[in-house]
Amino acid sequence: MITYVANRAIQFVLALIVASVVVFALMSILPGNAAQVALGTNATPDAVAALEAQYGLDQPPLIRYFNWVVGMLSGDFGTSYVTEAAITPVIVGSVQVTAILVIAAIVLAIVIAVPLGTFAALEQRNWIGVTISALSQIGIAVPNFLAAIILVIIFSLTLGWFPSQGWMAPVEGLGGFLIRLVLPVVSLALVQAAILTRYVRSAVLDVMREDYIRTARAKGLTRAKALFIHGLRNAAIPVITVAGVQLATLLVGAVIIEQIFVIPGIGSELVRAVANRDLVTVQGIVMVLVFLVLIINLIVDVLYPIVDPRIRNAS
Amino acid sequence: MAENLLEVRNLTITPAGAEAPVLHDVSLSLALGERVGLIGESGSGKSLTAQSVMGLLPEELRAQGTVSLQGFAGNILDAKERTLAKMRSDLVSMVFQEPMSALNPLMRIGDQIAEVLRIHGEVARGDIPGRVLDLLTSVHMPDPNSARYAYPHQMSGGQRQRVMLAIALANSPRLLICDEPTTALDVTVQKHMLDLISERVAAVQAGLLFITHDLAVVAGVCDRVIVMYAGRIVETGSVAQIFTDPQHEYTRGLLASSDLDATDAHGKLFTLKTALSYAGPIDEAGPIDEAAPDDEGEQSSAADRPADVREPAPASAGEASTGDGSAPLIDVSGVSKHFRSRGLLLRRRSPVRALDDISFSVASGQRLGIVGESGSGKSTLLNLLSGLDRPTSGHVRVGDIRVESASSSALRSLREDLQIVFQDPFASLDPRMRVEDIVSEPLIARGIARVERLARVEEMLLAVDLDTKAMRRYPHQFSGGQRQRISIARALVTRPQILVADEPVSALDVSVRSQVLNLLTDLVDDYALTLLFVSHDLGVVRHLCSDVIVMKDGHIVESGSTEDIYAHPREEYTRSLIAATPSLAAALASAT
Repeated sequence: MITYVANRAIQFVLALIVASVVVFALMSILPGNAAQVALGTNATPDAVAALEAQYGLDQPPLIRYFNWVVGMLSGDFGTSYVTEAAITPVIVGSVQVTAILVIAAIVLAIVIAVPLGTFAALEQRNWIGVTISALSQIGIAVPNFLAAIILVIIFSLTLGWFPSQGWMAPVEGLGGFLIRLVLPVVSLALVQAAILTRYVRSAVLDVMREDYIRTARAKGLTRAKALFIHGLRNAAIPVITVAGVQLATLLVGAVIIEQIFVIPGIGSELVRAVANRDLVTVQGIVMVLVFLVLIINLIVDVLYPIVDPRIRNAS
Repeated sequence: MAENLLEVRNLTITPAGAEAPVLHDVSLSLALGERVGLIGESGSGKSLTAQSVMGLLPEELRAQGTVSLQGFAGNILDAKERTLAKMRSDLVSMVFQEPMSALNPLMRIGDQIAEVLRIHGEVARGDIPGRVLDLLTSVHMPDPNSARYAYPHQMSGGQRQRVMLAIALANSPRLLICDEPTTALDVTVQKHMLDLISERVAAVQAGLLFITHDLAVVAGVCDRVIVMYAGRIVETGSVAQIFTDPQHEYTRGLLASSDLDATDAHGKLFTLKTALSYAGPIDEAGPIDEAAPDDEGEQSSAADRPADVREPAPASAGEASTGDGSAPLIDVSGVSKHFRSRGLLLRRRSPVRALDDISFSVASGQRLGIVGESGSGKSTLLNLLSGLDRPTSGHVRVGDIRVESASSSALRSLREDLQIVFQDPFASLDPRMRVEDIVSEPLIARGIARVERLARVEEMLLAVDLDTKAMRRYPHQFSGGQRQRISIARALVTRPQILVADEPVSALDVSVRSQVLNLLTDLVDDYALTLLFVSHDLGVVRHLCSDVIVMKDGHIVESGSTEDIYAHPREEYTRSLIAATPSLAAALASAT
């Protein structure tokens, strides 16, 4: 178990190093350097050279890479050439917003999908199971921005229950925070719930065919109880894998939802930085996203042996 | 109502949406404490009958008739799931075939046993841990105390089956159903398990319904036998009646094909078709006192019976094994294979010695049996021989190829010369490929044109007694025995010199087993093959192989000519293997 976790942690660090090199290299390969990009095509060579000197862009790439990495490790993502402000507070603030959004969405998706998927599996021959399957099929086909627009039209414009856009931090008022959270979270969660429902359904169907469920029934448990006591934890293993991938997808997919609902999340910051040709900020945000995706994978990897003793021993 | 413990009347089972029933009008009864064997091949309906009694029939099947059990009010077939759940394990319990998958992999053994006690609430909560320990002790679990905290994957198949038995008998049910409980186990483990079942069933005074396709197994455990064929009961009677005077044609065929000691006038094993000339299991020289088969006596009696020549080694094997004094075809010297558990940081575990200093050679045309229980290193050895893996130390030579240092092109030509038939006919064929593509695949690797490929496939399919119509079909359209024929055709299509058969008949029904063994014998003769036959079943090896090596824990325990080893096993381990192999004659002797 310790070996297993240590191995995963080492893989995590290696992946992070490789990713940082790739992100840095990509930004460096782009035509023109960061100073040129920031100042635009009309800038004089002198102005570009001055900016280069100011931000150390005249130094060799290897030195710049190490400065960048060392800076990030100490929590300093550098200074934007465009806004001339420190990047770290921007990233920290926006990551919090996105994290709330994404975690709320995946939790909601799981809360919807696990019972629905299980029910769909148990009632697979009835109209209930068929209906759930059909609905989840439709859910998968609906992109989350369309879901967002439909939800806004119904619940904001027509019924007026929720605001159609905006954000409020929890400290500014819990009620205002929650009411603004509802529509973006639901529109993110619905699609993921639809996908997850299908996975839960097939995982539960697989598990119900397992011999140990038959053993559990032979012991005197009803079908439903056998499934709850012995089946769900076994079904959790494939579902955890999918939920991990979905969480990573949501993190990046939140960009669109943040735009629609005007939420100052990391997606909005990324879009703004790209529009402003603010390469250093883009580089920092991408690195943070990579870090978060890798962390999610690490957590999923560590969850496996906790759920499944076979993986604990095999490692 | 009826005094019988179990009363099944006119049970007919039909799949939803189908006209033809899979179980026709089955009636049977079982008296209090009686032990009944239910025999038949896969698909005969014996498992469905058992599932009906447990109320565990799959939903898509419709059952008619009545199943009544003493202590249960009403017809089990009509009862609701909740009522049935109360009955299960309290009145009737079941031990299933697959020990590897029948336990929840995520739950500790002790908790899984405790659960069955908790569900029925007959044991006070505080007493449950003690009772779990008692149950594990009662099934002779080694170190029952720490077994409580083990997970299923940490146990062997035999140990898991003991756990299943402990669970099944925890609430002292009146009826225990065992569905092929020992089919997936090694022979020596099987013997212990059968003894244990008899012992425990007697201890809790339960009735026993024992399902199996293996006649030799049933004789030792049961008083009465019911034979099923194609969804009907064809015969029922005491063990002695069924074994000595079978009335139904199918029973006779089953009996004949079960007996690997008997061959017909052509030196072939009996099959369902040739069973007419079978004279029954020979219990020579009157009753035998011990359960161990008296092999020498059996051979001497063969002279008295010209009708079925009892000559276990095929006539050609003796000549072939002597060879012509040239270098052996396969030479294995000082081979070891160790597996190391991998870890990036910590390396604590010592390597597993799967093979330890193995040496043997096989002459061209020889038929060598490799016998051992699971974990003895048989599969590792095959992987080394076929170049799928490399030895940690030692040399493997096949033909003129040094396998341990062979280049990938040398390995390719090795695989043309050495082909393998695998154990599981269901898992080893790609379900999405047509038979013609499966069989011709080895030829594609050799760049042979399509027309010739198809001609060769046709020829091979005919050689394994399959219709050429089979070419356009998919594996799922064939039975287990037919699939194993397809595997054999696939293996022989490159015309290899060496055929390696890895437990090719252990997943097959007894009646199909003898057909496949006969086919293998013929093909080995026709194609002048060198045969390596891996099996845990000494009876099968004895029929087919001229020489045998016995393996245990990565070592060769004993080797020599098959007859010699049978008649005079030098090692205790070999002796225990021979004693544990179920034999009709021995089973009958102990039953009567």
